Amino acid sequence: MPAALGAAFILIPLVAMVAEVDWSNFRALVTSESSRAALWLSLRTSAASTLLCVVLGVPMAMVLARNDFPGKQVFRALVLLPLVLPPVVGGIALVYTFGRRGLLGSTFDALGLQVAFSTTAVVFAQTFVALPFMVLSLEGTLRSVGRRYEHVASTLGGRPTFVLRRVTLPLVLPGLTSGAVLAFARSLGEFGATLTFAGSLEGVTRTLPLEIYLQRESDPDAAVALSLVLVVTAVLVVALVHGRAGQRRNDGERT
Amino acid sequence: MASTALLSAAGCGSDDDQTSSKTLTVFAAASLKPTFTALGTRFEAEHPGVKVKFNFAGSSDLLAQLQQGARADVFAPADSATMKKATDSGLAVGKPIVVASNTLQIAVPPTNPADVNSLADLTGPGVKVVVCAPQVPCGAAAQLVQRAAGVTLKPVSEESSVTGVMGKVVSGEADAGLVYRTDVKAAAGKVKGIDFAQSSSAVNEYPVAALRTSADADLADSFIGAVAGPQGQRALADAGFRVAFPAE
Repeated sequence: MPAALGAAFILIPLVAMVAEVDWSNFRALVTSESSRAALWLSLRTSAASTLLCVVLGVPMAMVLARNDFPGKQVFRALVLLPLVLPPVVGGIALVYTFGRRGLLGSTFDALGLQVAFSTTAVVFAQTFVALPFMVLSLEGTLRSVGRRYEHVASTLGGRPTFVLRRVTLPLVLPGLTSGAVLAFARSLGEFGATLTFAGSLEGVTRTLPLEIYLQRESDPDAAVALSLVLVVTAVLVVALVHGRAGQRRNDGERT
Repeated sequence: MASTALLSAAGCGSDDDQTSSKTLTVFAAASLKPTFTALGTRFEAEHPGVKVKFNFAGSSDLLAQLQQGARADVFAPADSATMKKATDSGLAVGKPIVVASNTLQIAVPPTNPADVNSLADLTGPGVKVVVCAPQVPCGAAAQLVQRAAGVTLKPVSEESSVTGVMGKVVSGEADAGLVYRTDVKAAAGKVKGIDFAQSSSAVNEYPVAALRTSADADLADSFIGAVAGPQGQRALADAGFRVAFPAE
């Protein structure tokens, strides 16, 4: 019974939102120029953030899963911090890091990279909040896979890069994929850190969630229609990850 | 809180006979928060047994809440357009009283790094300007002053609220932003305000009206009277508003 109640708590608001959608104008609402610009920007930046999450997250997950070192618990807690921080706080932290007057702002300036108010800032904000999903997902998989096959491969003469490419990566691919998909979904939904750090300008920094927030002021119908686009995307993404998780369970693994 | 409770217990029966404990709910624009909070405390002291409760938010959010059935006694949005929607839909009763107005000012970091002294300076090369998006009232006002001044700004960001603009100027991310005069005043030295002549072409009025859902129309009216009265007007003037009923 409580389970049904929980399901209802999540489902009913979504149904209520779908009921509000102005279907006769749906196409026009979601294909307006500003909507398309926002969706395209969201997809582009989320893809870039996901890539960054893989590049930065895989080594972190390896370190956490495979090494013991003093302060490891603290390190893990720090990596996971963006999960529990309000995104606005993340945005403020990013401003004081990569902003014009930020800790690293002048360094980036000297390299000719202006982060403030640029699409780069959006990617940074999304990566900041999405990275823990990548690390968590992959670390779990790395642990459950263990190191046996790697040992066997290296005792048979496999060089470290060969072992990584032909043994480790195939084994952890499901975890890597679900981590990447989750990071992509989190990036797609990112709002607070982006608004705080990157700002909101059509085609440059105004992602889909920011566009929805703004449309709510003047055109609630457009806001609802665009919200539905995000919900459908999120459902697809979650279904994809869930399908993978189910598959892995059949292989005798757990996340 | 405790003193209010004591006052309401002690002041029982001093007014009408049903004043033992009443709550006056005021839905007010976020920009009115400092002034109205102070006014509310004073109103409670002058009306024993009355507790004033505030809901401060963006004007359109407040209107949406009222339209969806939220109960309140007094509505004080930050523009006449929102108040008109409230009166047109029968939510507000009586004629709204305009108690104050607000105009735009250019906000710059205290050091004024881009040396901004006028609206035209904001179009200079490399000047990072942040404004509100045209969809929200402060953005609509920004469009009006640009038209009046004959300049077209190329903002690096169009925020959905004036707090967003302020945040970017205070942190130094932006060289300048268009915000309300009251926002500059409230930031207390964290930004510098620069006046410009064309600000008079976008005057934002603050109307106040009693609501149909009010359980005590007299009490609602006396709160509106307090806002329009000398003390309320002085508090609004101190916050940087241009008041509708100046002292003399």
